[in-house]
Amino acid sequence: MAQFLIAKDIWPWLAYTLAALVHIFLLLNLVAVGALLFIWMERKVSGRIQDRLGPTRVGGKFGWLQTLADGIKLLTKEDLMPEGADAFLFKLAPYVSFCASLSAFMAIPFAGGQYPFVALHMNVAVFFIIAVLGLEVFGVILAGYASASKWSLFGAMREAAQVVSYEVPLGMCAVVPVLIAGSMDLVFIGDRQAGGFWNWYVFHDPFTFVTFWVYFTCATASVNRAPFDLAEAESELVAGFHTEYSGLRWSFFFMAEYGSMMAVSLLASILFLGGWHGPLPIGTGLGLTFENGFWFGFAGNVLGTANILLKGIIGVTVMMWVRWTLPRLRIDQVITTCLKYCVPIAAMAFLGATLWQYALPNRVFFGLAEMRPQSYAIEEVLPNRNSQPADAKPVSVTAELNRTNHRANIASLD
Amino acid sequence: MSDPIYWPSFFFLLFAGIACAFAIAVVVSSNIVRMAFYLVMSLAATAGLFFVAGADFVGSMQVLIYVGGTLVLLVFGVMLTSQDRFISMKTSRFELGMAAGVGACLFLLLLFAAWSVPEWRSLSREQVDAIALEPTATPLGMALLGARVDAPESPDVAGYLLVFEIISVHLLVVLVGAAYLARAKRKGSAIAE
Repeated sequence: MAQFLIAKDIWPWLAYTLAALVHIFLLLNLVAVGALLFIWMERKVSGRIQDRLGPTRVGGKFGWLQTLADGIKLLTKEDLMPEGADAFLFKLAPYVSFCASLSAFMAIPFAGGQYPFVALHMNVAVFFIIAVLGLEVFGVILAGYASASKWSLFGAMREAAQVVSYEVPLGMCAVVPVLIAGSMDLVFIGDRQAGGFWNWYVFHDPFTFVTFWVYFTCATASVNRAPFDLAEAESELVAGFHTEYSGLRWSFFFMAEYGSMMAVSLLASILFLGGWHGPLPIGTGLGLTFENGFWFGFAGNVLGTANILLKGIIGVTVMMWVRWTLPRLRIDQVITTCLKYCVPIAAMAFLGATLWQYALPNRVFFGLAEMRPQSYAIEEVLPNRNSQPADAKPVSVTAELNRTNHRANIASLD
Repeated sequence: MSDPIYWPSFFFLLFAGIACAFAIAVVVSSNIVRMAFYLVMSLAATAGLFFVAGADFVGSMQVLIYVGGTLVLLVFGVMLTSQDRFISMKTSRFELGMAAGVGACLFLLLLFAAWSVPEWRSLSREQVDAIALEPTATPLGMALLGARVDAPESPDVAGYLLVFEIISVHLLVVLVGAAYLARAKRKGSAIAE
């Protein structure tokens, strides 16, 4: 967007500031309004599944006013702090969690193509998002420690053990689509899966299919949702790490939680479920691509954004469904699930996907269909150095590697 | 059309300032959990410096390993083991002097090293602007496998494969050792204890 504004003869610093403000505004609203929506959905889903009669006195169609009433209640609640708490860390902890959750959205693309809808188009976006999402636990640990309450401390310790363990299989699962696409760029990974659901990586081969479910389990655990919500097990720990929080500080933790749920769901949809590409290539079929002009492509991207948001919301809904269906695990069962099941399965799936990719390259849908030629595993273009003449084409990794090996061979012959 | 502020310098100074301020806060503070928090801020600002320099992979690595991994484990360890005497650490005057001496030596060494590399000096703003921002992940990955695609003109430049292997074997030994030390005692030996 900044480049677009600069092209319109606006001062670069103003263009960058405007672009940044628009991005911040959109992402902040996605997280905050998303949290409102998800709290409403959580009530509805739990009501349907567990036959709960929710609040009945608050009006609005389908009870949507209840969320607003909650918001007003949280805003006007007294801001309490227990005696003996570390005031500085206690006040800071919710913001640490929220910032970590929000920063992950910085690198998530919402539509691809020539002008992707992404605040920060990173070459290593997958890696960055996983790294940043791991920071959310830090706010929880600080909250648990600074509250000067044993319930908080227990909750935070459980959360730390759990999240640190689950990051291992989560990373292993996220590597599989990276391996198939040949890039860590999320825009790139999403666009590799264009053209119909049979191109999605979840259906690429049996191993990616397994990987997707392992990823989803680990993602649920790493955002600390039931059945893995040991850190806030209300039957044992009152409320876990946020026992001592009230009012707006408490709601920051919840915005962070719903934000991370959305972030891992969006990441899942980009990595495995085709991202902004629908199950059938309708947008492309209508000609909504950048080849037909900027505004056509823009409309296609808006459609793609709706698509990926829908996928993300479906992911969050499944997490809610799981939460209200399964009972909470014990802490040893949580760690067993991670270390004895998720890690080995993820490792085997990684190996299997590698071998599959080696044996059946350029096939999709469990090897049944031919991959579109524009989705073949890439040879990433490397910058050409001064050893190349200026007009030479950028060389691919493989060619460069061959050349390097060749030179090494020559050197060893000498 | 020219910028009133040179933004790369601005962000460098911003992140460097945050990193230094929190590094000093780590030294000055006596509460160990706060120290860990200041250290997180300092290391995160260092990651910001990497991002400013265009090394997004190294920056993400810094966030993942130091901020997300090591520091979480550090605070976790502190919470597990914290007795009253660990919460607030008093450093004696002698320790302070020793630390200041070692720190000053290291600082001088780094300063000397930094100024002695000719490529790091005397770049004009035009030269800096001419440097293209390149993706760093692929060359790093290839170098890790032993192919230095960033320096194809000099085949003598080695990759990092051997170093990488040595470090991983070392870490494996450490992990096995830790597991050995922390293993659950057998039932037969439990009687003797």
